Amino acid sequence: MADTYQLSSASLDALFTAIQGDGRRILAPTDRDGRTELNPVRNPGEVARDYIQTTMSAKAAVFPKVEQLLSYTLAKGQVDLVDPEPQAVPTVVFGIRPCEAGGFAALDAVFNWDTRDKFFNARLDQLAVIAVGCTRRDEACFCTSVGGGPGSVKGSDILLTPWSEGFLAEVLTDKGRALQALAPKGFIPAPAVDKAALLVDVPAAFDQPALTAKLPALFDAELWGNQALRCIGCGACAFVCPTCVCFDLQEEADGQSGRRLRSWDSCGHSLFTLHASGHNPRANQGARWRQRVYHKFSYYPDRYGMLGCVGCGKCTRACPVDMNLQEHLLEAARS
Amino acid sequence: MSEANIYLPHLMRIAAITEEAPGVRTFRLEFVDAAAAEAFAFRTGQFGLYSAFGDGESTFCIASSPTRKGYIECTFREVGRVTAGLADKEVGDIVGFRGPYGNVFPIDQWQGKNLLFITGGIALPPLRSVIWNCLDLRDQFKDITIVYGARSVNDLVYKAELKEWEQRPDVNLVCTVDPGGETPEWTGKVGFVPLIVEQLAPSPDNTIALVCGPPILIKLTMPLLRKLGFGAESIFTTLENRMKCGVGKCGRCNTGKSYVCKDGPVYTLEQLGQLPAEY
Repeated sequence: MADTYQLSSASLDALFTAIQGDGRRILAPTDRDGRTELNPVRNPGEVARDYIQTTMSAKAAVFPKVEQLLSYTLAKGQVDLVDPEPQAVPTVVFGIRPCEAGGFAALDAVFNWDTRDKFFNARLDQLAVIAVGCTRRDEACFCTSVGGGPGSVKGSDILLTPWSEGFLAEVLTDKGRALQALAPKGFIPAPAVDKAALLVDVPAAFDQPALTAKLPALFDAELWGNQALRCIGCGACAFVCPTCVCFDLQEEADGQSGRRLRSWDSCGHSLFTLHASGHNPRANQGARWRQRVYHKFSYYPDRYGMLGCVGCGKCTRACPVDMNLQEHLLEAARS
Repeated sequence: MSEANIYLPHLMRIAAITEEAPGVRTFRLEFVDAAAAEAFAFRTGQFGLYSAFGDGESTFCIASSPTRKGYIECTFREVGRVTAGLADKEVGDIVGFRGPYGNVFPIDQWQGKNLLFITGGIALPPLRSVIWNCLDLRDQFKDITIVYGARSVNDLVYKAELKEWEQRPDVNLVCTVDPGGETPEWTGKVGFVPLIVEQLAPSPDNTIALVCGPPILIKLTMPLLRKLGFGAESIFTTLENRMKCGVGKCGRCNTGKSYVCKDGPVYTLEQLGQLPAEY
């Protein structure tokens, strides 16, 4: 059960100061160069005022676009390997939406379901999340169709809900309590408040459990190919996605030394599954689009007991050819 | 104390290189670190990721048998950046190895059974591990039949071992080359592998079939074996999906609910039937 407080704007200022005094950086949505993205900020005044979501997701805080997994130096008949310590900076992510906060669990599921990924874990360990509930939405949002909501507490250490008194602050986890303890005076016990009335209403668009149950039988349906006719395989959907975890390993070397890098990848790329022989198990964009949908809505539930989608709609907003995930899922649910 | 780096390879020294066929080499690899060598164990069917430092990693099976201690072998064809990097290496050079990964051929459940191996081209290496494993435990199995084909005589891999198997009275080896791939001296069969299997008409009684080959070989051989009466649970294959991590994270080999790197690469035809045909 969360402890619920009121947190004034002045108290939020104090909390930001205390967090940085504790040696942590704060990443928050900012309006810079015409884009709203997470950037380091010093005080709440730098945080974007009027945003629904950032374009990119917060996953880069735990799973960077590119990171080094090892390096080496070479000599004749000799290789000296260096096992790097992950560069985990103590970080508080502020102002992401509850949908996105829920996305870290889907990353965690893959990185740690069997063997443990020390690079991801070092960053996750150093991360705390202060999400802010949604008072607005746009047509790409469908959190309530995938088990979330504009005030969902899943994945947040502290959830703030905008309120006439500043914020309603729900302190949810040990990490949240540790943040609270940095500036405890600002957290004043809140009176009973109807939280839902402070938040935007997002009606559920489709019955996700029913869709998941029906996907295996829809595998050979024509709709996937039809939906993907306009897909150009650019991978933008995967790169902005808070849960897309598929990655590539690449080498960067000059003959005397080199390093092995991990970078984001996407099942939407034609090279993703291409064999050295030229055979490609997912030979067309329809098969690749279907993989994206099935991985998130069929394989993930089966393997990890959760969805690989939080309904944030970032993919829909980023798609250069206007593919709308919610509409496409709706079409599958109705077919 | 940080966790272990699951992407860090073992360093292996190339102890021997065998030229198998045009563009195809076998490396015999020994651990540089004695403790790593001591701790290492694998079972037949498992695979690894091999590093050419400077070029990257590629996935191959472990082509040697776990009964042969102190080294592992891999066989690869030079087709891309990593395999070209590997092909440049000489005896004494260092490569990387991560593994063993994946599941195994359940040979301990096959005692007293006949084994039928059907394979083509560069798909022999994964089955070669099983073949030697079973030959080193020969009295545990009944008849062992190997049907192996390649495009041409020169493209057959493990030529010395084929000769050895041919001469062994306890192995029935049927070698074939594609029409036009024969030489004047060729005494084996001429014809595509599935056709040769059809002529051979092996009995399904008490027999496990292991099929590994290019997609066309698998596509044509599987129905043939079913027609001959082999149960889908008695036919095994090993998939070769593209992989990067080998440990169920990078998503590349994901096929239906399965990660080929974790739940495979060894599947029965019955299990393959549960997966979408994305392999």
